[in-house]
Amino acid sequence: MKKVAHARVDEPVARPSVIEIRNLQKVFAARDGNPVQALSSVSLDIAKGEFLTIVGPSGCGKSTLLRLVAGLADPSEGELLLNGSPITGPQRDMGIVFQSPVLFPWRSVMDNVLLPADVLKLDRRDARNRAEELLEIVGLSDFAKKYPNELSGGMQQRVAIARALVHRPSVVLMDEPFGALDAMTRDTMNLEIMRIWREAGTTILFVTHSIPEAVFLGERVVVMTARPGKIAEVVDVDLPANRGIDIVNTDHFGTYARRIRNHFNARGLD
Amino acid sequence: MAVTTEGAPAPRRKTLGETVRHRPEYVLGPLLLVVILSVWHGLVTWMEVPSYIVPKPYEVASAFYHGVFKGNYLYHAGVTLSEALSGFFIASSLGLVLGTLIAQSRLVEKTLYPYLITIQTTPKIAVAPLLIIWFGFGMTSKVVIAATVAFFPVLVNVIAGLRSIDREKIELMRSLNASKWQMFRMARLPSALPIIFAGLNVAIVFSILGAIVGEFVGSKAGLGNVILQANVNMDTSSIFAVLVCLAIIGISMHGLMGFLQRRLVFWGNSGPPS
Ligand SMILES: Nc1ncnc2c1ncn2[C@@H]1O[C@H](COP(=O)(O)OP(=O)(O)O)[C@@H](O)[C@H]1O
Ligand SMILES: [Mg+2]
Repeated sequence: MKKVAHARVDEPVARPSVIEIRNLQKVFAARDGNPVQALSSVSLDIAKGEFLTIVGPSGCGKSTLLRLVAGLADPSEGELLLNGSPITGPQRDMGIVFQSPVLFPWRSVMDNVLLPADVLKLDRRDARNRAEELLEIVGLSDFAKKYPNELSGGMQQRVAIARALVHRPSVVLMDEPFGALDAMTRDTMNLEIMRIWREAGTTILFVTHSIPEAVFLGERVVVMTARPGKIAEVVDVDLPANRGIDIVNTDHFGTYARRIRNHFNARGLD
Repeated sequence: MAVTTEGAPAPRRKTLGETVRHRPEYVLGPLLLVVILSVWHGLVTWMEVPSYIVPKPYEVASAFYHGVFKGNYLYHAGVTLSEALSGFFIASSLGLVLGTLIAQSRLVEKTLYPYLITIQTTPKIAVAPLLIIWFGFGMTSKVVIAATVAFFPVLVNVIAGLRSIDREKIELMRSLNASKWQMFRMARLPSALPIIFAGLNVAIVFSILGAIVGEFVGSKAGLGNVILQANVNMDTSSIFAVLVCLAIIGISMHGLMGFLQRRLVFWGNSGPPS
């Protein structure tokens, strides 16, 4: 039953791996003396252009995994490769979206999107064009000159998504980006992120604790369990490419969701 | 008054009525002043308080008019204001630079912070006589005193402000491989501005206070000096008139800081109440 992720033989042309995770461990030294094992022997290959979702209960190490991939923290053990070379620190080739938008209130929407371009000292004109393009994609062209506190939560998160893409990273990491949004906005955002993914062709690692969201978005769903955080199963999701939100009502979708939920029935999730 | 007159022209009554309804403070504020002045006048007259103890409002107004337009209040106000502003600028520049340097190292910050808080909470005004001995009776000593009292609120708030940035903004900048300088310029400093401004607001008031106290301890000019002179002559009306001058200076400085703050920190709603 368990499918450990490796190059899939059934595919005619195997996509090359962008990220390779080998036997990753992360142990936090806790104050009370008992170290916390946040991740335990996690191995995963992420193919170029793939939309991978990671689902699991809170505290199972999803954020930790993402932070390690982002180079924001060092693994205790194991290997992390981006395009074949070890990740030793933050990479310019990645974009990150956090659970909260983390916008700079003193920057306009446009300037927030341009933040990575400013930090990475990219060509300003080029970046501006790209930012305008992205604001168009996320439907915020008319808000370029506004400031974050003039936008709703959903709009702010869309700015954050545009910001994560402005420097054309090949990998985008998203840590429960829609967790704070209401259900309806969330559905819209899910559709939008799929469209963006198809248009931008980037690899996306998307962390969520919502099973339907994971199944809806992911080409593959990595199911994680807690204490210690490890991969329970990697589920290949085979759903029509241009699916609408109503697919969640189909049996096919339900089968995937049930299969994933089975991993958590003992403990409960959400 | 129009509000109470029956049958007065409708439009005028309406506008005033609307003002009262929407912004009652615009009417109540001045009204309160009138009430206070009337009660003041009434009490002083009724209790036959002599002018050298508490002057009547119009005596204060007259002293103010003479001091400002016939006398040299403007010159003295200029002296006090220059002392206070020079002190304020020295204090804020030093506070910004030193605060930034201290905030660079967590260890330095943690080591120094308790001392800074201790100094911050001790009344530094007590060293004013000492500073007069060191820097003389001229403006320099007042500038130093003003700077001394205004420095710590700036310093402490710069450190607290730079420390106030949320973890996620740091992570975001880190994920972009931002240099230390970029981190400071693009994230830490702007995040700190609302708190830094709160410190500057305290500092501007403190620097005026410092200048006045300095002038009390020993001076040749300035509004503090005018108060002392008037005190010797039992010229209470003039003392009150100078207090009015000081109030005007204080409010102007406070307003100026509020204006700058609304301009520079337009995203934070922590501006001083008007
Ligand atoms: N910086 C840290 N120091 C100590 N423990 C941590 C730290 N970060 C995460 N942990 C612990 O590691 C585990 C996994 O955390 P996290 O990756 O945030 O989980 P998730 O994102 O799945 O909710 C949790 O038990 C958490 O308490
Ligand atoms: Mg998390």
